[in-house]
Amino acid sequence: MPRFFFWMAEVMSKKIDAELVKKVAKLSRLELTETEVAEFANQLSAILDYVEKMEQLDTTDVQPLAHCLPISNCLRDDCAKPSLGTEKILENAPDTDGDFFKVPKILD
Amino acid sequence: MDCNCKKLRDDIAAGRIKSAEAVEAVFDTIEKNDSKIGSYISTFKEQAIANSKQLDEKISTGKSAGILAGTPIAIKDNMCTTFGATSCASKMLENFHAPYNATVVEKLISAGAIIIGKTNMDEFAMGSSTENSALLKTVNPWNTQCVPGGSSGGSAAAVAAGMCSAALGSDTGGSIRQPASFCGVVGLKPTYGRVSRFGLVAFGSSLDQIGPITQNVTDAALMMNVIAGHDPADSTSVDEKTAPVCDCLEKIDEPIGNLKIAVVPQFNTGADGDVQKAINEAIEVYKKMGAEIVEIDMPHLEYSVAVYYIVATAEASGNLARYDGVHYGHRAEDIENYIDVYCKSRAAGFGKEVKRRIMLGTYALSSGYYDAYYLKALKVRNLIRGDFLRAFEKCDCVLIPTCPTTAFKFGEKMDDPLKMYLSDVYTIAANLAGVPAISIPCGFDGNDLPIGLQLMAPAFGEDKLLRIARMFESKTDWHKRRPPII
Amino acid sequence: MENLEYKIIVGLEIHVQLLTKSKMFCSCAISFGERANSRVCPVCVGMPGSLPVMNKKAVELSALAGMALNCKIAKFTKWDRKSYYYPDLPKNYQISQYDLPLAAAGFIEIPLENGQTKTIRITRAHLEEDAGKNLHTTGNFSQVDLNRAGTPLLEIVTEPDLSSAAEVRSLAVELQRIVRYLGVSEADMQKGHMRFEPNVNLHITKDGKEYKTPIAEIKNLNSFRAIERSVDYEVQRQLDEFSRTGITMETGNKTTRGWDDDAGKTVLQREKEEANDYRYFPDPDLVPVEFTDSWLAEIRAGLCEMPIKRQLRFVNEYDLSDYDAGVLTAERTTADFFEEAVKSGGQSKRVCNLLTQVGLKMANEANCSAAELGITAENLAKLAKMADGGQISATAAKTIMEKMTQTADEPKVIAEQLNLIQKNDTAELEVIVEKILAENAKAVEDVKSGGKKSKAAKGFLLGQVMQKTKGRANPKVVAEILERKL
Repeated sequence: MPRFFFWMAEVMSKKIDAELVKKVAKLSRLELTETEVAEFANQLSAILDYVEKMEQLDTTDVQPLAHCLPISNCLRDDCAKPSLGTEKILENAPDTDGDFFKVPKILD
Repeated sequence: MDCNCKKLRDDIAAGRIKSAEAVEAVFDTIEKNDSKIGSYISTFKEQAIANSKQLDEKISTGKSAGILAGTPIAIKDNMCTTFGATSCASKMLENFHAPYNATVVEKLISAGAIIIGKTNMDEFAMGSSTENSALLKTVNPWNTQCVPGGSSGGSAAAVAAGMCSAALGSDTGGSIRQPASFCGVVGLKPTYGRVSRFGLVAFGSSLDQIGPITQNVTDAALMMNVIAGHDPADSTSVDEKTAPVCDCLEKIDEPIGNLKIAVVPQFNTGADGDVQKAINEAIEVYKKMGAEIVEIDMPHLEYSVAVYYIVATAEASGNLARYDGVHYGHRAEDIENYIDVYCKSRAAGFGKEVKRRIMLGTYALSSGYYDAYYLKALKVRNLIRGDFLRAFEKCDCVLIPTCPTTAFKFGEKMDDPLKMYLSDVYTIAANLAGVPAISIPCGFDGNDLPIGLQLMAPAFGEDKLLRIARMFESKTDWHKRRPPII
Repeated sequence: MENLEYKIIVGLEIHVQLLTKSKMFCSCAISFGERANSRVCPVCVGMPGSLPVMNKKAVELSALAGMALNCKIAKFTKWDRKSYYYPDLPKNYQISQYDLPLAAAGFIEIPLENGQTKTIRITRAHLEEDAGKNLHTTGNFSQVDLNRAGTPLLEIVTEPDLSSAAEVRSLAVELQRIVRYLGVSEADMQKGHMRFEPNVNLHITKDGKEYKTPIAEIKNLNSFRAIERSVDYEVQRQLDEFSRTGITMETGNKTTRGWDDDAGKTVLQREKEEANDYRYFPDPDLVPVEFTDSWLAEIRAGLCEMPIKRQLRFVNEYDLSDYDAGVLTAERTTADFFEEAVKSGGQSKRVCNLLTQVGLKMANEANCSAAELGITAENLAKLAKMADGGQISATAAKTIMEKMTQTADEPKVIAEQLNLIQKNDTAELEVIVEKILAENAKAVEDVKSGGKKSKAAKGFLLGQVMQKTKGRANPKVVAEILERKL
């Protein structure tokens, strides 16, 4: 079969279609253009195809490793220290109302 | 002026050179060259000179000025400083002024370092070429058509071009070592947990580590002496009891006897011809010094890229959720409701690579895909770590190339993210296993671009790793070559 | 409306604010009512580069509460990120515990109206950080205050073992008593220290078939009364809805309903069509918590007799009514104070009356506990003895007890100072009685004539004697003399 058809087959079996990209974008709170949606569908599919190489390995008895540290119980004594203060914390805020951060009306 | 760190520090401490002179000289170089190279997002000339003068005064009265005594140091723009912005080379944080200093910044200052500026990087440290900076283009001082590597491209270029004595970078999957290799300088990624991450803007929290980029191995050892150690503000920084901090400088010139170096058959092919040739020659150098070369199988390393691009992006999707235009950072203008604040601000504030990785990470964690991607990746990560633990039972360090190629041209890999990701194949494993790894100059390719040699050692073995690297450096002079631009 | 046979099924989700000085992951002080955004720092605002560090006390209090709820405490537990976007959640993820909660599989015993107890199973209890507060203004915007963000919370989840509004209330009261006993929480519902979210539905039998109504989760409950009323309301509402529409768990969605206390009803907040995708994953910024046996033993030492057991013991051991025993054991310090006074020789019922009728009222006015009024248990016992022995009247005991909060003097000294010692001297009192009888011939006649008037006349004569003695005559003795003389 010519190379082209392999490529076509790959595109057809895409892991992530536009709809899924939109769903993930919503979860990620990212507004995407239609062009970006199409682009991400292709790129993420290609990356996931590659990533699935992990499936070659049998990991039945392998523990997941979230980090490599040999430590636990990094604890702090319960002492209160001075805070940063309202002015300082609001310095970087894009919008404020008095002592508050300000956002458009939140509707549940 | 030779501005390497150790020598300059000795000269300043001995009163042979004034810190203010050194700092001013470095700013002369920056003013002359950085418009071409683009290392710095921000510089602090006035503050730096004022600080260096204060330091000179201190030295003149015979007081100790700290172990970095007046040397000009650059830091990557993802480390928080109370002076200047901390932008992460992102539109999102372009105007963010941190209300605190990162622990490493505090350590540098108390060691007498003069922080002269903050360097360019791939946005939020995501990238391998610094092309993902939303604020600035950085070129490779060896060839301005080529990328400096990334994500700490600004730091590596600044060190290579003599625009600072040493710099700090951060390394999540090779972001210190790969640009160091591309720019012909030394880059060390310490053991995970060795250097505090407090104040380092997080990308992949279980992988991120701050480390030095320097002109030579001795400077890297000096910098490690300043920045290593437990920090109560970082739960993942290891305490003194678990892993005492070693003096990396003390025995830096003492070769290691009965040195056993491992080469990995899985990584014997795949690199460019010139790169492989330089690596083979480096092996010969070690052999001549009496090192024994052993071949050790590390069968799971080839899965590193796959594991990394799930683990790092999953963590990043969480870490970058906070950039939402509510409490700080960029907020889009055309907001109609509070959901818009999120979706539009993030759409406008983040570049494409950042969005791509947030998407990938969110997907890998979302319901229905978690087990197949994220959990699977954590399991394979354990296998990769196992490869290292087994290897280090039989050798002192593992030797592989830092990168499969030398610096590539701008735009070459920008359209194909997977191709870009795959270029990290040699550096990622050390992050996944948490072990220290260093890249040192070991030759040049046919186009006069630098090649990097990578050495990886057991966790918390930075002192030994640096000595092994120094052994090679003492027998070669690749590190003495300077790019044509200066 | 048709008469349906049904069972009420309620499970609870409870958030308990832990009694710590500082927040869960940073050193900001716990606040209530301070200036907005004043108790915040880079960590609890989720600023770039900031990192969490666990509060030891919060971990210990959680384990203690878990033990009191008869849970298994996990030897190994870890932190997870729960992702969702909301302006009061600065990192847009909450640090919580997902698959390995700190405590699991326990139970709580609650008192029932019929005097028996019922066991309610506890599914799990885990530690997490609280969010800030969104304030909805009258304008077209909302305000965000992050003072509360990062406050340590213990989330307790029960099995759906509760089958009436009264039981739900009983559990709430009992849990409040427990956490206050242990010093785990102030548990002030008005201040949001304890938040109850009942999940209510009904199992309805109709025509021999069982139907389950969709679960409603009720929020905004800030009093025990609201808890009980809301569940009662919800039961009626679901019955009505089922009768009208026949909607069941299978055909309808789970809903969240808010309690409107003024209107006395629950109001639909949102309908959950699909489960939220929280994308839980291990927080890479924190290390696991491992409980060693010695640490657990240290925490266990903080346990005490649980209030429900103590209440039962008070009934049996001190011959108190269930009601009085309940009042005395509501607070640990009060119960301790009571037992100490009894041990010092006070008659239990007398001590109980003094405490419940006088002490608690004063404590309430002074906004402290009865044990903190400044009265020693020994002096309380002495006071009880005086009242018991007839040396003082009940009214005098109250006056003396009030005085005791202001002075360290013994009750006897105070009684003498205030001239409150009762006249018990029969000879002296007989003289007075004779005199009164002589002065009130009409009343004496009434008594002697018997019938209705007799009793009233006796009371009148007794009153005259008391008046004559300025209330200091022991009424028991006077009554005896009167009886004899008439």
